[in-house]
Amino acid sequence: MISSQTVTAASDVAANYRGSDDDARRRLGFAGYFACFKGIVWREILRYLHQRERFLSALVRPLIWLFIFAAGFRQTLGISIIPPYETYVLYEEFIAPGLIAMILLFNAMQSSLSMVYDRETGTMRTLLVSPFPRSFLLLSKLLGGVSVALIQAYAFMLVAWFWGIAPPPITEVKLFTFYDAPSWAGGAIPTMTDPIVTSLFSVPSFIQPFAGYITVIPAIILAGLMLGSLALFISSVIKQLENFAGVMNFVIFPMFFASSALYPLWRIREASPMLFEICRLNPFTYATELIRFALYGQVDTVSLALVVGCTIAFLAAAVFAYNPSKGLIARRGGPGGSA
Amino acid sequence: MTTMASTGPADADRTPALVVSNVSHSFGERKVLDRVSLTVEQGAFVVLLGLNGAGKSTLFSLVTRLYDNVSGEITIRGFDVRRRPSQALQRLGVVFQSRTLDIDLTLMQNLKYHAALHGFAGRAATMRAKQALELVGLADRANEKVRALSGGQVRRVEIARSMMHHPDLLLLDEATVGLDLGSRESVMKIVRDLVAKERIGVLWATHLMDEVLRTDQVVILHKGVVLYNGPVPQLLTLTGTSSVREAFRAVTGTQTTIEEAA
Repeated sequence: MISSQTVTAASDVAANYRGSDDDARRRLGFAGYFACFKGIVWREILRYLHQRERFLSALVRPLIWLFIFAAGFRQTLGISIIPPYETYVLYEEFIAPGLIAMILLFNAMQSSLSMVYDRETGTMRTLLVSPFPRSFLLLSKLLGGVSVALIQAYAFMLVAWFWGIAPPPITEVKLFTFYDAPSWAGGAIPTMTDPIVTSLFSVPSFIQPFAGYITVIPAIILAGLMLGSLALFISSVIKQLENFAGVMNFVIFPMFFASSALYPLWRIREASPMLFEICRLNPFTYATELIRFALYGQVDTVSLALVVGCTIAFLAAAVFAYNPSKGLIARRGGPGGSA
Repeated sequence: MTTMASTGPADADRTPALVVSNVSHSFGERKVLDRVSLTVEQGAFVVLLGLNGAGKSTLFSLVTRLYDNVSGEITIRGFDVRRRPSQALQRLGVVFQSRTLDIDLTLMQNLKYHAALHGFAGRAATMRAKQALELVGLADRANEKVRALSGGQVRRVEIARSMMHHPDLLLLDEATVGLDLGSRESVMKIVRDLVAKERIGVLWATHLMDEVLRTDQVVILHKGVVLYNGPVPQLLTLTGTSSVREAFRAVTGTQTTIEEAA
């Protein structure tokens, strides 16, 4: 066998090249987490910038709704003054927040589907062999998708701005609280009759003209994260949804149409009380409302609470679906390459 | 420099790079691994030999924690992959059978992303990426897109990627599949040099008999069961054969040669 001297010499070399435990601990500290997060988000953005078709289709879709659908529809649908609007608004202005939410929904579905598809390929596996906790890795990946959606949303808002559709100047950021308990709650939840508006802080005058574009950022991030984790969970659970057509029919269209994105909820209530209740159960409604109010410098308390709650629930479910011992990867059978 | 007086299990200098003991795994009713045990010492080149479907990829999925091993134990440098996944995964580098690089991005962009996955950013990440590319002889192409590389070069970048965080254990899953003879040889040479110089432990999964050298340790995995585990010369003596190919056939009882079956 080899002498002990050679062993020591060799392991010295190894220790130098491979680094010590101290080194390892340091890189998994806060700076390491941040480096990892930044790396994942930056890669999503880099990848996105290389896919021009994806950028174009993500932009064209909401613009078609805005320029064609909304133009035709505004003659048939009168919008009354409902919060956050203080005057009559054009139908285009009404559906703009819904279209931003639609961008988030499409993007969430696309990136989550590709994550599930990637799971068996090397891309996802290299992510999962990172020493950081999986929940952190998935959250970073989802936020990478949200960053891409944010770029798309701003591109859309820019085009809409040229069309004259822009949020009004904002003088102060307000908290808006109004809740209309559903009929099936049977009086168990009290219904507020008047909305409570609380002023939070005033906006410096030089920001006021475009403040809506800033106040919408947290709403987009939160709504995007909720839809992203929902999409990730759905696509991990339902095997049949591996093609995009299925996702369109069974997830995107129902969520989009049965919500407050295209028409105010009171209008739906007049048409069908049952559909109204369905819209109220749809988390997409609250994503839309959160964005709608945020564009007007208002925080819709109920939507915020529901979106945060749903985000936590969906995220937990998505992380569970990826957990190796309990999750669906293990149950679905071996990797594609081994058969 | 640093005293290794901490209480981690990796203190003992000769803790094996990888220990798999008594690991079984099933997909539903189908048992894919049955009480598999093997050890990769530091500085050892271990060939995991088996037909496609023998359970090699499943074993890799368990070591990399894509699936959880429910029975048995897997440790990397003494760290249990289930109980201390973070410590275990820090010491593990993997070259997957499927592609992990983004072909539209440059080598550097790809490697920096993978450096980030291990917590490196900025200059440290750049430096490690450069070092890793030097290791596989592609330093001069750092700013080219992966798309511009040949199959063999892509594999070499994959190896560079897996070495960036200086792992103690390197897993390679059919790393030479689809490569021409010249590229295969250069990939194998790079990995064998790593074993000799850096004393990393390598587990090399393959179905290609000619990749086994006489000095290697070989583990024959067949239908989820380890049929042989030991040095090559002993395998030949035991089976009374003169080549690994014949020995494999004798041990597994298969009629076809392994390449044909693949």
